[in-house]
Amino acid sequence: MKPTKLELLAGLFVAIGIAAIAWLTIQLGAGALVGGDTYVIEARFTNTSGLSKGGNVVVAGVPVGRVESIRVDPADFTAIVSLRVLSHLKLPTDTIASIKTTGLIGDKFIAIAPGADETNLKPGDRIVDTESSVDLESLIGKMAFGSVDKGAESEPQQAPASPP
Amino acid sequence: MTDSSEPLLRIESLHKRFDDNIVLAGASLDVPRGSLVTVLGRSGTGKSVLLKCLAGIVTPDAGRIRFDGKDLDASTRADFRRRCSFLFQSNALFDSLTALENVALPLEQTTNLSDAEIRVQSLEALKQLELDAHHDRYPSQLSGGMQKRLALARAIVTKPELVLFDEPTAGLDPLRRNAVFTMILKYQRQFRFTAVVVTHDLDEALIASDRVALLDSGKMLFEGAPTAFTTSTDPVVSSFRDSAAALRESVAALRQTSAAS
Amino acid sequence: MLATLGRPFLRLLGGMGRMACFTVRSFAAVPKTRRLPRRLLRAIFEQGTRCLPVILIVGIFTGLVLGLQGHYVLNRFGSESLLGALVSLSLVRELGPVLAALMLVGQAGSALAAEIGIQRNSEQIAALETMGVSSEGYLVTPRLLAALIVFPMQTALFVLIGLYGGYLSGSAMLGLEPGVYWSAVEKAVEARDLTECFVKAGTFGLITIAMCSYQGFYAHLGHGTGARAVSAATTRAVVLSCVLVLALDDVITSFLLHR
Repeated sequence: MKPTKLELLAGLFVAIGIAAIAWLTIQLGAGALVGGDTYVIEARFTNTSGLSKGGNVVVAGVPVGRVESIRVDPADFTAIVSLRVLSHLKLPTDTIASIKTTGLIGDKFIAIAPGADETNLKPGDRIVDTESSVDLESLIGKMAFGSVDKGAESEPQQAPASPP
Repeated sequence: MTDSSEPLLRIESLHKRFDDNIVLAGASLDVPRGSLVTVLGRSGTGKSVLLKCLAGIVTPDAGRIRFDGKDLDASTRADFRRRCSFLFQSNALFDSLTALENVALPLEQTTNLSDAEIRVQSLEALKQLELDAHHDRYPSQLSGGMQKRLALARAIVTKPELVLFDEPTAGLDPLRRNAVFTMILKYQRQFRFTAVVVTHDLDEALIASDRVALLDSGKMLFEGAPTAFTTSTDPVVSSFRDSAAALRESVAALRQTSAAS
Repeated sequence: MLATLGRPFLRLLGGMGRMACFTVRSFAAVPKTRRLPRRLLRAIFEQGTRCLPVILIVGIFTGLVLGLQGHYVLNRFGSESLLGALVSLSLVRELGPVLAALMLVGQAGSALAAEIGIQRNSEQIAALETMGVSSEGYLVTPRLLAALIVFPMQTALFVLIGLYGGYLSGSAMLGLEPGVYWSAVEKAVEARDLTECFVKAGTFGLITIAMCSYQGFYAHLGHGTGARAVSAATTRAVVLSCVLVLALDDVITSFLLHR
């Protein structure tokens, strides 16, 4: 049976609509939908200000996961961040996690610098060696009052501020 | 009531009121199989409501409707609707569908026939009402008489046993009134359906129908053969029947008073 | 005092109940309705193909203005690189579903309410019933099913053309690096944002088309008769649909955000 004009036009719309939905889900929602198996590790930070749930986790600049959740450890008031990373990525136990910023006030993300240990982190393990986020305001404040050394220590690459 | 067997349709003391307005107060009617029964009555006496109770558009407050020996209720309603068609006063044609699509719709939605069969049967119905040349026109492109015929074509395409006509001649001139009654009679004979016609056109009804009934103030005041109607001595029947004479008298009286003054 | 307050409240309650029953009846009519695919196709054409131009036009302008405004604001903080995130999240989470639904109400919903209202007015609905055809099944069911399919599609198209609009004003006109814009778009939108987007679109489709059908279907119960009843029903359909869209948007957002 030959399709009518109405059938053709309605069919055309449905085709475009499906394509649009598919593009949106695959291209934009891909981060969580596609990408294969993941596992969760934890990292303890003294300060996570600016980091948000869903933030990127990168190794050598390549996104490999997301921030799953951020909560406070009631025992010592540090922040426990759960990171969901791709499972084919085996991270040594002496891996370092640091909170970094894109640009001056851009998004916060977690950069992972894998260590050299023989044993790897298992799901649920905690990264102990961490660098917390730089509190930009206090950094500027310290710079203004001439004692920037401590801030500079905790984030040497990002804020190579020389003492005045 | 001369029939020993039960008539195709029997209405027993139907009651219906809208708020404080009592429309039907115990109306009863027998419609023998194969007959053409006309329900007469002045405007606003509940003739249409009676018909709509039959068609299931209006739910009666009390009373019984028996169709083919069975009480009409929720379980038998579907069967009744398959075997009965309703012709609206306004025709109620689907104005966004062509004539052919209008006729095909009841078949499409209530039968399992194939598209090809539906087309054949619909065209056949249109042909019988001499509308096949206009099958791709929309109802608004047809004349009033053609719309009426189209509505009838849609009503008969399902091969009903009973067709209900709601004021088929309302607002038509005498010539067209005759034509409509002729049409009803002709197709009633041809397709052998039983017809109930609600109208206030006395003369045509008396000539065309097998039985007449007079509905007044919610009750059936008269029910019988047309000849019995013309000889009835009931005051309401005679006043309805002799309305022309009454008009003649009042006109004469008015002429006299205006001549006297 | 109580009576003056109580009566409109009771009427509202009754109306809500009747609309709920009406919607349930329409869905219940799915197995009983014959040749539903054909009717569905027609409804998809009405809500989909016919409304596509308005969706695309409104979508591109929404994206353009988001790009301009976003660039203007972000430029003050030197964070133009976040423009893609701003445009995409606004479109996906809020503006896409809401504006697409409002446009569809304006074009398809109002036409639907008026069409069904006229069919009620000229006894076409009564005629269907006397034929033994479920009028909800014939008139409403295909529209509701179509809405569940079409609204998410239109919303997706709205978002896509909006993203392109944001790119046009942000990159093509204001000189932001296209790669920066698109990578920000891709990074910002997550699966749950899309879930929210499509949950909203589907809900809006169902509720607005149900409202418009309902108002048309019961046009004879409202104020006035004849043409005036139909016009009143159409107005009610459009106004109430728009209010419902915005109110439900708030409800869905708060539910999904706090999960």
